[in-house]
Parts: sequence; structure tokens; C-alpha cells
Amino acid sequence: MSDQSTDTGWFAGRTADDDHRAAIRTGSADAPADWPTAAVDVGFAADNDDYYATLRETTIEAAREAVTEREGADDQQLLHAVRAMDDATRTANELAERCHEWAATQFDDVDSGIEGARDVATRESTDPVEERIVSLAERIDDLTTEADELRSFIERLAPEVAPNLAEMAGSVLAARLISLAGGLDSLAKKPSGTVQVLGAEDALFAHLAGRGPSPKHGIIYTHPYVNGTRPEDRGSAARALAGKLTIAARIDHYSGDFRPEIHDELDDRMATIRARADDGDGGGNVDGDTEGSQ
Amino acid sequence: MTDLPDGIQRREFDGRTRLATRGEPVYGEPTDGEWRCWDAGRSKLGAMLESGMDIDLTGDEGVLYLGAASGTTVSHVADFAGPTYAVEFAPRPMGDLLDVAEARNNLFPLLKDARKPETYSHVVESDLDLLVQDVATRGQASVAVDNARFLADDSQLLLAIKARSEDVTADPETVFDSVCDELTEAYEIIDRQRLEPSHDDHLGVVARKR
Repeated sequence: MSDQSTDTGWFAGRTADDDHRAAIRTGSADAPADWPTAAVDVGFAADNDDYYATLRETTIEAAREAVTEREGADDQQLLHAVRAMDDATRTANELAERCHEWAATQFDDVDSGIEGARDVATRESTDPVEERIVSLAERIDDLTTEADELRSFIERLAPEVAPNLAEMAGSVLAARLISLAGGLDSLAKKPSGTVQVLGAEDALFAHLAGRGPSPKHGIIYTHPYVNGTRPEDRGSAARALAGKLTIAARIDHYSGDFRPEIHDELDDRMATIRARADDGDGGGNVDGDTEGSQ
Repeated sequence: MTDLPDGIQRREFDGRTRLATRGEPVYGEPTDGEWRCWDAGRSKLGAMLESGMDIDLTGDEGVLYLGAASGTTVSHVADFAGPTYAVEFAPRPMGDLLDVAEARNNLFPLLKDARKPETYSHVVESDLDLLVQDVATRGQASVAVDNARFLADDSQLLLAIKARSEDVTADPETVFDSVCDELTEAYEIIDRQRLEPSHDDHLGVVARKR
């Protein structure tokens, strides 16, 4: 073939009657080209309209096949990703402590934590001991980078798996809720009161056994609407947020489309709750919250 | 003011003048004969057109649409434009997008990652007239820059930037400035406008490939 670019189009070496799904799904090219013209030139299509008709049919078939394969698995990918991110972060921090302790015996001015390890990783090693310390610090740096990569993967995937939940909770909290529930479907089936205390199971079971107050919030404490609300009103805020998060998870699981109105409703409700602080009243107990910590 | 092609009209719906295109209804939008309302509250591109940004459309454009989601907006684009390539990363909305594609003969759905243009360069043609981007990912500017390869020179980019996708804690204006700054690597910014009240913390950007 004289034109180099026709070699890399999805239709290269094919005839119109072949099954093209794999070519669409797994192929690649360094740069786009005028594919319709190229396809006509090599006799794959009679004219542009013919090419587009084949392309339409093929892309729909390929996408349908890919959807069937990947559907339902996505919330599970999110669950694994958030657990892997937490493991990577925790392990990096543990290793950074070890690295700091060790590095302080060999180098001057060693800072603690991940930043300290990153600094150690850039140093020149002059003997076998230092070589090991610097190498360890490099692994910590890599592990932290991997945790960051996992976080951006979660931030990209969550809005697509659960658009309403991710909008309301933020991608990482949305992924944590899905992870704690075991999947989007089981999160969607939980009552709001359970979602409110997901992640506070120890406190909840202590309470049920009569050994403590009921927890006001679980992992949703990390949401600014909860931790940014004054302590007296946090129970109300957590309850309102959990209620809307539950609705968001149900919309995401059963319908999948984005509903701006539920986000506005939550914003309104939060404004009302926070206005109590300005009114100078006593806070949460006015509507029946019990006080207690997580 | 936006010049509308023949495929987009301003028509009366529920006593308000709103945008409309001709095609199969997709998301329960009001219709008037063969015209269906383009709901600016649900479509950032709709909001950009309705607010009169400096957008130049002629109809019959070759379009690459990144972040097609369930197809709400891309359905309207395919109604007025020419060949429309719709890239979406998530399988769930793709299911809905397939229904939209079935009802149109110029819409090509691709289950691909917009951050990896090489995975669809063998399908999407070069020298397109319009790139529409609405992806909720960090690095929205670099996605637009990477995908400039599909555009002819001087072609338009219509971009909705979501501040919260870049940095939840930063001031949206700071985020918008830094994204726009990064865009200038491949584009010249023609117009920018906040999309409030229909889309909080979003900026609409019209740009031209350098």
C-alpha cells in the first residue's frame, strides 16, 4: 500500500463483511487520518456514506459487547481501587517511619514522614548501609506515587459508576461507602441510618451492647458538611447527609442518570442546619439527637 | 452572539424561548412536532449556546465529543452536526448512549478513555471541525490538548471545565485560570463564561486550535 496511514486504520486488511468488533476495541494508531477516504481508496467501502454506515454498525456492536463484559463489575473495581489506595498509603507511612529511624543514624537533617523519605531518596549513597536506606526510601516514594495514581483513578471512575453519589460525597468518600457496603447494589439497599454509621461499626455494636452512646456518624465524618458543622449540629448534619447519600446511591444503582435537584435540596437543608449556629440556639438536641462521639 | 445553524432553532416551550433540535426524544424533554427542547439545565453545551457565547456553528461539522455520558447532549449535537464520534469511558451510561446511537445514523459510540487518544485514533478521523469536551477528570486541559490532534487548524473547542474535578478545595476562579493557561499550549481562547446558575462551579470555554 502506498499510503502508510491506511495500514493503521481499523479496517486495514479487512473486508466489509468481517466481524470488526475486536478491531475497534483493541486497535490503536499513533495519529488519526482521513479514514473515510482511505477506506474508499483501499476498496473497503464504496463511498463515504457506505463507510459511515459500516462504521456506525460496527461501533455500536463493539460498544455493546464491551458494555456487556464490563457492566456490573465497575463498582467492584472502585472497591478494590479504594482499598488498594488505603493499603498503599498506610504501608508507605509505616515504611517512612522505619526509614526515618534508620536514616537518622546515617544522614544529617532527616525529616520524618513521606516528605522525609522522598528527600532521602535523592541522596547519594556512599556505603552499603546507605545504599539500602536510599533504596528503601525510593520504594516509599514509588508507593506514594502509586497511592496518588490510585486516587486519580478513583476520582475519574467514581463519577461514572455513581454520578450522584460522587457529586454529593466526592469521589473518594463515594468509593469508601461502596467499599464498606460491599458494592453499589448493597449500598443502595441499605437504610439511611445504616449509611450514616458505616465505618463506625465498633461504636455501633458497643452501643447496641449497652456500652456507649449511639454513633452520630461513620466515614461520612470526612465530608465537609459533617466535620465543618459545629459539634452540636453534627448529628443533624450527618442524618441529613446520609439521607441524601442513600437517595443518590439508589438513583445511581437503579437509574444511573444525574439529578441536579437532589444536590440542591441537600445544600438547602445544610444551610438551614448551619443557620442554627447564627440563631444562637442550643443545637442538635432540639430535634432529638443524642450526643456522643463516633 | 452565537450564530445558530439551520439544525438548531429557538422555539417556545412552556412559554419560554429555548433551544431545540430535530431528532428522536432521548431524556423525556418537551417536544414541538419534530423539534425537541435542548434543556440547558441538563446540558453544559446547551447552557453555553443559550447564554450567547461566541460559538460559530455551521451545521454538518465533523465532531469529536469527549465525555458523552448517557448521550443527553451528544444527541442534540448529532441532530445538527455531521459525523459525530462519541467517546465515553464508563459502561453504564454507555448502555443509554447506545440507545441514542441506534436512533441516529451519524453517531459513533466508542467505549474509550479520553486521556488515551491513541486507543481511538484508528477509528476517529482527522481534520474534524469541532471538539466538545465535558469530562469530569483531573487534568481536563491536558485531555483537550492531547485530543487537538483530531482537529483541523482553526477548528473550535467547546469545553466545560468542572472546577471540583481539578481541586475541590481551591477557589474555582483559580482553577479556571490555570486550566485556561494550560489550554493555550494548543488553543487560542476566544470566550469564557461561568455556567451559573444551571451548572455550579463550571466554566464554559470557546477556543480555537492554533
